[in-house]
Amino acid sequence: MARSIDVSDLDIYYGDFLAVQGVNLTVRARSVTAFIGPSGCGKSTMLRSLNRMHEVIPGARVEGKVMVDGQSLYDPSIDPVAVRRQIGMVFQRPNPFPTMSIYDNVLAGNRLNSRRMKKAEADDVVERSLRRANLWAEVKDRLGRPGMGLSGGQQQRLCIARAIAVEPQVLLMDEPCSALDPISTSAIEDLIHELKADYTIVIVTHNMQQAARVSDDTGFFNLKAAGQPGHLVEFNATRKMFSNPDNAATEAYISGRFG
Amino acid sequence: MTTTTEAEPQPRPATGRGDRVFQGLATAAGITILAALAAVFVFLAIEGVPGIGKPASSYRPLESFWPYVGRLLFGTVLAALVALVIAAPFALGIALFISHYAPRALAVPVAYVVDLLAAVPSVVFGLWGARVLGPHLVPVHAWLDEHAGWLPFFAGPGSVTGKTVLTAGTVLAIMILPIITAICREVFVQAPRLDEEAALALGATRWEMVRLSVFPYARSGIVSAVMLGLGRALGETMAVAMVLSASPVYTLNLISSTNPATIASNIASSFQEATPDKLAVLIATGLVLFVFTFAVNFAARAVVARSEQRLRR
Ligand SMILES: Nc1ncnc2c1ncn2[C@@H]1O[C@H](COP(=O)(O)OP(=O)(O)OP(=O)(O)O)[C@@H](O)[C@H]1O
Ligand SMILES: [Mg+2]
Repeated sequence: MARSIDVSDLDIYYGDFLAVQGVNLTVRARSVTAFIGPSGCGKSTMLRSLNRMHEVIPGARVEGKVMVDGQSLYDPSIDPVAVRRQIGMVFQRPNPFPTMSIYDNVLAGNRLNSRRMKKAEADDVVERSLRRANLWAEVKDRLGRPGMGLSGGQQQRLCIARAIAVEPQVLLMDEPCSALDPISTSAIEDLIHELKADYTIVIVTHNMQQAARVSDDTGFFNLKAAGQPGHLVEFNATRKMFSNPDNAATEAYISGRFG
Repeated sequence: MTTTTEAEPQPRPATGRGDRVFQGLATAAGITILAALAAVFVFLAIEGVPGIGKPASSYRPLESFWPYVGRLLFGTVLAALVALVIAAPFALGIALFISHYAPRALAVPVAYVVDLLAAVPSVVFGLWGARVLGPHLVPVHAWLDEHAGWLPFFAGPGSVTGKTVLTAGTVLAIMILPIITAICREVFVQAPRLDEEAALALGATRWEMVRLSVFPYARSGIVSAVMLGLGRALGETMAVAMVLSASPVYTLNLISSTNPATIASNIASSFQEATPDKLAVLIATGLVLFVFTFAVNFAARAVVARSEQRLRR
């Protein structure tokens, strides 16, 4: 089920603008990998290049190699739609489908490609996904109400439920907890621990404690200077990154003595 | 701490003069359009209501007003519906092509050409419809008569001149295409990027993304566009007057040469040699069209509002 991802010499462009340069890293299967770094250094951009969401922006493209379980992600024979079904994503800002009910939002991915589901099976998927995202208790009595009627944090958990409802092999999460309270944050972190048994997870976070708590490996991205492309400064086991990093800049950032 | 001096700039009041001027202008514009509409209605009512009870000769070949206007209204709605059935799917398709499918190099010229269609005067469309499109559609009429004749719409006999509701509806469809396309395209491109990405990230194909994120967002805009198109089709005069050869009948048959005129085209073709009595009758039919168009618009709004309400509950 779970997949490993090998990135080598990856350059990511928005048109002519080189946003991220020369990334080499390996995301291990059944592990949690965290991306940290200052705002604008290209963490989201990097994450989106892992499920080919980057290219939906006009003019956006990548150069270099991304291998998922030995298969090149950007091979011309690979259908990006199929990639995204297996590599799910939670965005930095919550984006439930505004005209859909909570119930339909959770099932949106399952219903794509005109897959049919029995009612009981659908109910089951909805309940299980919402429970895992720690949202079930709050919404179980109003599943027919629109997803937009929820608070920002609830919407984000709804988006997480929607992403895991299709049981992707890899889950990419872009600051999933930035709008959440400590209780929901801890529920999401529990979920990440639980999912790790079956899935590969990549998470972007600005919260150092969170990176230290949930991840096995950490990548630190930085900008060489303003206007320069972002790059991967250090990629190491989280334990090492947070105790004895190889790079002085990593240590400065993690300990808060930065910029 | 420094002492306050009188040179210190006052914070601007929240409602500056510019605000008030602009508010005044906007309100005036809003009121003007309402007043103009009301004035049109009052004119139609004052001049038209007497037209309902004129001597029987004014309604020739019919006897009284309601049968007279009934056939015209029927013809109006029929031609407009034919136009909508043809134009709406086309317009949605073109709008979607421009906003989500075509590469930029193609989208811009296509959008431009469609907008150009709106600049062609309706008389030109009428001439083209009667002289070129009609004769060319004759084989289509015959084919429909033969193969789809069991439908009341194509009961035949197929016209040999092509001067039919089908031809008129096709011409109308081309005329209302630009407005529907332009509005739909505008709403489609404004569909929130974040919603589209939500669908794509779940593994939606482009069409699934459009259905999940673009259409729900654009729904009320699409209705507005179709309503504007319908309004134009209902009110169009010259093109229909030149294409149709009219006779006062009720018929769903779109391909025979016996078909009702529309209210607007009837006004255009009878206006010149109208007696004062006949003129009052024509204005009364205009009043009926006005009220009818209004009612259709309100009904459409209500349907949209209700479906959106249901969603919110
Ligand atoms: N759609 C876009 N078009 C052009 N440039 C973009 C686009 N999105 C991001 N960029 C640029 O790419 C660079 C990296 O942006 P990115 O969003 O990946 O940063 P980030 O590390 O995720 O920041 P944050 O922590 O604030 O989310 C920035 O310089 C940004 O301006
Ligand atoms: Mg980001």
